[in-house]
This record gives sequence, structure tokens and C-alpha cells, in this order.
Amino acid sequence: MNWKTFGAMLARDAHVARRNAIQLFLQTFLQPLLFVFIFGRVMVGSGYMPASYKSLLLPGIIAISMVFTGIWAVAMPLIAWTREIEDRLLAPIGVAWIAIEKVIAGILQALVAGLMVIPLAWLVLRPGVEISIHAPFAFAGIIVLVAIFSASGGLALGCSINQQHIGLMFGMVITPMIFFGCTYYPWSALKPFPILQKAVLINPLVYASEGMRATLAPQFQHLPITAVIIALLFFDVLLLLVGLRQFERKAVT
Amino acid sequence: MAVGVRTWDLHKVYSSSPPLAAAGGFIARADAKGGKQPKAQIPALDGLSLDVLPGEIFGLLGPNGAGKSTTVGVLTTRVRPTSGQAWIGEHDVWKEQARVKHLIGVVPQRPNLDFSLTAREILIFHAAYFGIGSRLRNERADALLEKFKLTERANQMVRGFSGGMMQRLSIARAMMHDPQVLFLDEPSAGLDPQTRILLWEIIREYHQAGKTVLLTTHNMDEADALCQRLAIIDHGHVIALGTPVELKASIPGGFLLRLRFGNQTADLLERLQMLAGVREVRAADGTGADVYADRGGSLIPEIATLAANAGAELSDVHISEPSLENLFLHHTGRSLRD
Repeated sequence: MNWKTFGAMLARDAHVARRNAIQLFLQTFLQPLLFVFIFGRVMVGSGYMPASYKSLLLPGIIAISMVFTGIWAVAMPLIAWTREIEDRLLAPIGVAWIAIEKVIAGILQALVAGLMVIPLAWLVLRPGVEISIHAPFAFAGIIVLVAIFSASGGLALGCSINQQHIGLMFGMVITPMIFFGCTYYPWSALKPFPILQKAVLINPLVYASEGMRATLAPQFQHLPITAVIIALLFFDVLLLLVGLRQFERKAVT
Repeated sequence: MAVGVRTWDLHKVYSSSPPLAAAGGFIARADAKGGKQPKAQIPALDGLSLDVLPGEIFGLLGPNGAGKSTTVGVLTTRVRPTSGQAWIGEHDVWKEQARVKHLIGVVPQRPNLDFSLTAREILIFHAAYFGIGSRLRNERADALLEKFKLTERANQMVRGFSGGMMQRLSIARAMMHDPQVLFLDEPSAGLDPQTRILLWEIIREYHQAGKTVLLTTHNMDEADALCQRLAIIDHGHVIALGTPVELKASIPGGFLLRLRFGNQTADLLERLQMLAGVREVRAADGTGADVYADRGGSLIPEIATLAANAGAELSDVHISEPSLENLFLHHTGRSLRD
């Protein structure tokens, strides 16, 4: 393992992220904040939604912002086949480490996104948001597991999808994942649809949203924290292994 | 100390469509899922053995699809051979990848520059990947930008660069960590003549510093002008090996006369063989003949007379002097440009 090379690659990613900071900011936060504004302010303010919806929505928004930041950050250079990966394959480091570096960079971006969206969304939503970090260790653990899931998912997705299938990926993977990800409603709300309620459990975003909800707004019914942690760990390991395998297959003909 | 390059009995069979240029080919695979149809087996290397001496400029010459890029891909850790071995110096390419990557610099056929960076940043980060300290990498970047006439564009994003500029920057990048062996895959493809000459000078200069250079080309002039030794490759194996002079001398006679007749009689070819100075006659396409001889133009009147006597009108003549192109044609029956 060559730490100098690994560090230099991280430095390159940080450099590019700094250069594209405004673009990254808009790409990451515009959609969640608009969503928060319409559903948390407009709909609640006009009485179509109860005031408590604000507190229910925020954890889901954090989850969705993190997950899509991580997926996007790792998958896009791999799908669009920016030549940056190609360039790195010549660096004196094992091929798997190049993928791991991308995952680490994605995890960091997802964490920044998650931690930034909390105050931003709170500013848009206030007053009347009842969230608190009452279990800081559980919250920290879950936020890290969610970040790992998002970046590993980006690796697995990015190495499995061709450039011409990006549209399909959004239609077939991302969109259902968002709507069946318990981001805008709690998992318990699916009770009237028992089959759907079981089926969505294969969607890792469900555990991200429910985990956020369990640690930030426990007043709502949520999945048990232990179940959330086990499920996220499972998806982290699975997606990382699949992603690494796919990356090596793609990197060496 | 200069480092050599060796391959032994390399075989490579692609089970999906091979990359356009194997060395630079991080290409999305054709989707092989779902169907049960057998995958296409495309052989690219068929027992290729090479021995490039430390400190020489070695050329791999051959038509498109001959296996040149795949060979470079195997030697630069990008294409895993189906069987056989490859070494850079004493290091097995597939057992000591990180060590090997330190020793080699690679200029792929299609520039693979990091589009999110400026020209200067590309060089600096590349050197950082190789663990080169900040002062040294800045000095080297400035020197190489100057040498490749890119100083004025150093702080611009490479996205807007022309093909020639990208190619120059790719070569500068490959030299940033001062590799012992430089691989150049079709280095002058798409370059204007001026840049090509600059490139040749730089390659010679690099070689004079005691480095090994391995380049692929299908350009005869380039192979002839630049390479100390050449391997001519076709269908994934070496069909001829030697210095350009030796190789050219191995063509029977040296001159090649490609003749076309209106119609052709069998005994015409036999009579051509009898002419003084003719070494070998090969029938081509039913109405033509390739004549290898040790003289060129002075044979034409005799050939014309022979043809007229045989009732076969001579319709086209092309004379070429000893060249690597003729050599390739002699070995394969095909032109390099086919």
C-alpha cells in the first residue's frame, strides 16, 4: 500500500471539489431545499400538512442528500468515463486502492452534505422543527454507515452501468429508490400496503431514512436502531465488495 | 541503469470486443448478460515473444489490429494476458504491478488527461502520485512545459486543448516521474509534421539519457527514422525482427514492382522469373504480379516486351524502393495500410 499515492489522489479530489464548490453546492442542496420549502413551508403553512410533518421530513431530507451526494460523486466519473480514472490506473498503487480512494472521497462528500443540510433545512423550516441529537453516538454511527453505503453504492453502480444507460439508471434505479426510500414518510406509513411494506426493505435508503429518523426525531414511529445498523452494515459490505470486483473487471481488460 | 523489456509467449484472447486501443481502453463492456449466445473469442496475441534491450528505441510495427496496443497494454498492467509472461527489467509485470508502474511511463493512443485540471496541475498531481516532493515536481513541470511549448497554456484547463497539445502534454506527463522505460502507442498519429519532428527530437533526447523507448506505429517513416530495432507484428505474433537496415535487406532484391495486366497467362509469370535481376515473382489478384528484384525502372522495358509477346497488356506499374512497407507486404501478402 502506497500512502503517498493514496494521499495525492485524495488531494486531487479535494482540489477539484474546491474548484467546483458552487456547482457542487447547487447540485447537492438545491433540490432538497426546494423540497423542504414546498412541503415544509408552503404545504404546512397553508394547512394541507400538519405542523409535525416538518420534523418528520427533515431526517429523510438529510438521508436523501447524503445518499445522492455519495452516489453521484463516485458513480459519475466512472460512468461518464472521465479520463481521470484512466490517468490514475498508471499510478504506482494497486488497482483496488484507486477504487477505495474514490469511495473515501465520496464518503467525505456525503458526510459534508449531511452535516450541511441540517442547518440549511432547519433555516428554511423553522419555526416548529422538533429535532434533537439525543443519541449522539448512534447518530454518528448511522451517519457514517449511510455515507459508506452511498459511496460504495456509487462504486457498484458506476462500474456496472454504461454511459448510454445513465437515463435508464435514473428511471429504473434512482427514482424508485427515492420514492420507496421512506424519505418523505415513515416506514410505518406503509402499513396499509403490507406487501409493499415488506418489499421496500430491500431498498437501503429505507434504513438510511429510518436511522436518521430514529436518532433525530424519535417521537415518530421508526425501525429499531439495531435493525437499521445491521442492515446498513450488510449493504455497506455487499456494495463495496461488488463495487471493487466490478472496478477491477473494468480497469484491467 | 537502463532497463529492458521482455515478453515470453504472450497469448491474449478477448472474450468481449477488444478495446479500441488496448492500452488506453477503459471501455464499457458490451452487455453480455441475459443472452446465452456464446461470447466471441477474439485472439489478439498469439505467442508473442520480445526482448527489448536496455537503452534502445524499439518499434512495434504492424497494421491496425495486429496486436501492438494489446502488447503495450500487457506491459503496462492494463491488459491481463491469457497466458505467457512479461517483465520490465527483472520485475514481473503481473506480480509486481506497483513496482513496474514506477519504472514505466505510458503515452496511450488516445490522450487520457484529467479534464478537471489545468495542464500544470496534471503534471504536478501526476508527480505527486509517484511520491515526488513538491520542489522537484514544480521544477520538472516547468521544464517539461517549456520543452513541449506549453508554458503559455500551463494554467488553462486541458478540456479546450487541441489534439496535438493533448498529445504533447500526455508525453510530458509520462516523463514527469523520470521513468526508465517509455511506452508510446502511436505517438505521432494525428500530429502535424512540425509537432511530429519535435516529438522525434524529444524521444531521441530521452533515449540519449540512457532510457529505453518502446513505441508502436504503422508509419514506416517513423519506424525507419527513429527505431534502432523493429519487430513487425501481424496476427499477434512477430513475423520479422531486426534493425531497419537488416529488415530492408532481407527483402529479396530490395525493389518491388507491382504489375497489373489486362489479362494474364500462366506462363507469363514463369517468363518474368527468368529476367535478369528478378528474385521472386508472386501472382496477385489473378491479373497482377508482385516482382521482387534487385533493380527497378530498368526492368520495365523488358517486362513490357514480355507481356506484349504473351498477349497480356501491361496496364499499371508501381515501383517501390527497398522499404519496410515492402517488407511487410513480402511477409504477409498485405499492405500495411490495408
